Amino acid sequence: MKGAIEVRGLVREFKGGIKAVSGIDLDVPAGQIYGFLGPNGAGKSTTVHMLTTLLPPTAGSARVGGFDIVKEGPAVRRTIGAALQEAALDPLLTGREHLKLQLALHGVRRTERGGRTDELLERVGLRLAADRKIGGYSGGMKRRLDLALALAHRPRILFLDEPTTGLDPQSRSALWDEVVRLKRDEGVTVFLTTQYLEEADVLADRVGIIDHGRIVAEGTPASLKAEIGRPTVEAMPGEGTTQRELEGILARFGELQPSTSGIAVRLDGQGGLTEVVRALDAAQANVAALHLHSPTLDDVFLAKTGRSLEGSEEPAEPEA
Amino acid sequence: MTAQILHLARRSVIRTLRQPANWITPLVFPLALMAVNTGGLDAATNLPGFPSDSYLAFFLAFPFVQGALFATVNAGVDLARDIQTGFINRLALTPMQSGALLVGHLGGVIAMGFLQAVWYLAVGLAIGVRLESGILGGVVIFVLAVLIVLAFGTFGALAALRSGSTEAVHSLFPVFFVFLFISSMNLPRNLIETEWFRVAASLNPVSYLIEAIRSLVIEGWNAQALALGFGISLALAVVGLTLSALSLRSRMART
Ligand SMILES: Nc1ncnc2c1ncn2[C@@H]1O[C@H](COP(=O)(O)OP(=O)(O)OP(=O)(O)O)[C@@H](O)[C@H]1O
Ligand SMILES: [Mg+2]
Repeated sequence: MKGAIEVRGLVREFKGGIKAVSGIDLDVPAGQIYGFLGPNGAGKSTTVHMLTTLLPPTAGSARVGGFDIVKEGPAVRRTIGAALQEAALDPLLTGREHLKLQLALHGVRRTERGGRTDELLERVGLRLAADRKIGGYSGGMKRRLDLALALAHRPRILFLDEPTTGLDPQSRSALWDEVVRLKRDEGVTVFLTTQYLEEADVLADRVGIIDHGRIVAEGTPASLKAEIGRPTVEAMPGEGTTQRELEGILARFGELQPSTSGIAVRLDGQGGLTEVVRALDAAQANVAALHLHSPTLDDVFLAKTGRSLEGSEEPAEPEA
Repeated sequence: MTAQILHLARRSVIRTLRQPANWITPLVFPLALMAVNTGGLDAATNLPGFPSDSYLAFFLAFPFVQGALFATVNAGVDLARDIQTGFINRLALTPMQSGALLVGHLGGVIAMGFLQAVWYLAVGLAIGVRLESGILGGVVIFVLAVLIVLAFGTFGALAALRSGSTEAVHSLFPVFFVFLFISSMNLPRNLIETEWFRVAASLNPVSYLIEAIRSLVIEGWNAQALALGFGISLALAVVGLTLSALSLRSRMART
């Protein structure tokens, strides 16, 4: 299948020589969710602005929906929907008025606007709040309306710039469900930026990790994790077995890790969980609990940048 | 494109109507000032050479120009806010022509300017002012009022597009006010005694806008006053429109 988004050597330099994006390449096949993961100031929004034609690139090229983002701006815009990071809404207009304006600017005929507006409101669960002014919406409601606006003209490709930043866990997972549904039922390609590892992990078919304007790692969440980290096995001693005995057995499989509740070892490739179990059995060790921990995307980020993304894992204060 | 302009102009008017201070102030403030000034300056009508028996009739031109100023600044602040919040990006992502943004904005300014003009003239007639130029003169007053609000509006849009900051547009208020007050708003230019003030008022284009409307109220048909009023407002509109179209291009740099 033809790539929905193809990016080659894309660069954006701002006045004063700030290179917000310094030469990125990426491919998103149609119908997939691409997670663009990176900390504050990594260059996520700058990339989204270029791909949505709002900001001309300094160098490089990109095609979105088969159209060149520089030479075929209007065609790109017809193909895409975007919910930008600011989620700029007019506090004096109602949800319904926003949708009607959006549909009108997209050239949807007056007779169809009403029905389509109701359909979109229903879909994002804002039917009851439709005739209230945005000024009184919660952060989650604003994000949902923004999503409905982005979907107004049935785009094939959707850009979501940090759609869940600042949302409470319920609103977050409601949005995740909607994104998954869009992909599954309508085959929409989604380019989603996030600072949350979990979000990229749960939602994305492929993940690109961006830091200081460069993509430092790229692949499926599973392959990225597999490439970097080997899993950790954690065991809790049971009746008649000491910590020391367990340590002795587990140490054969890799480097011991700090653990609060038992003994942990990062497997170094000498054997997997099966081998560990066999060794424990052979030594007649009694184990109360045994866990296999897969590496997280944070391990990947740490390995590639020497820093942890974890600090930004906690959702910020919900927006007023 | 016409449809896009209408939708954007409509939004601009809705926004204004939902911020009561933005439409009550221009309806009340200029008329309040008219009442105060008429109280204080009524005696001026006794000056030899004063062009009217009624100071109210003389002063009625002023609200039109001050009202245009309010409409301009309010709409300019709204446009700057759209830039600040990123709403302009939302619009830029639709197939909207970028020119529609500017024209729609100005359409909103003109709509408010026109509604205000209807109100000022209605109040003027209700308190006994008679138009020397008759009914047709009333129509010409509306046309001129619209042209003036358009001319001012382009500069409000320019400020918004250039600065992208609501504070910057707000700060135009005092600047515009200086232009408004150092003009022939209170007295005909030839009766202004302070030399520098008379010179400044003669150099100030706003004087000619006021005088054009005023001539229709108190004189009838004064070709020179009308030519100056229409000419200056048209020239301002053309310059303002050109400059704002240029800033719009750099502000909406979408490909
Ligand atoms: N208009 C601009 N002018 C100058 N520098 C800019 C501009 N926009 C962004 N930058 C800089 O470019 C870099 C990348 O910014 P960008 O907004 O793309 O990051 P981000 O990954 O979206 O971050 P966040 O998670 O905070 O939204 C930052 O250093 C930022 O300060
Ligand atoms: Mg960002």
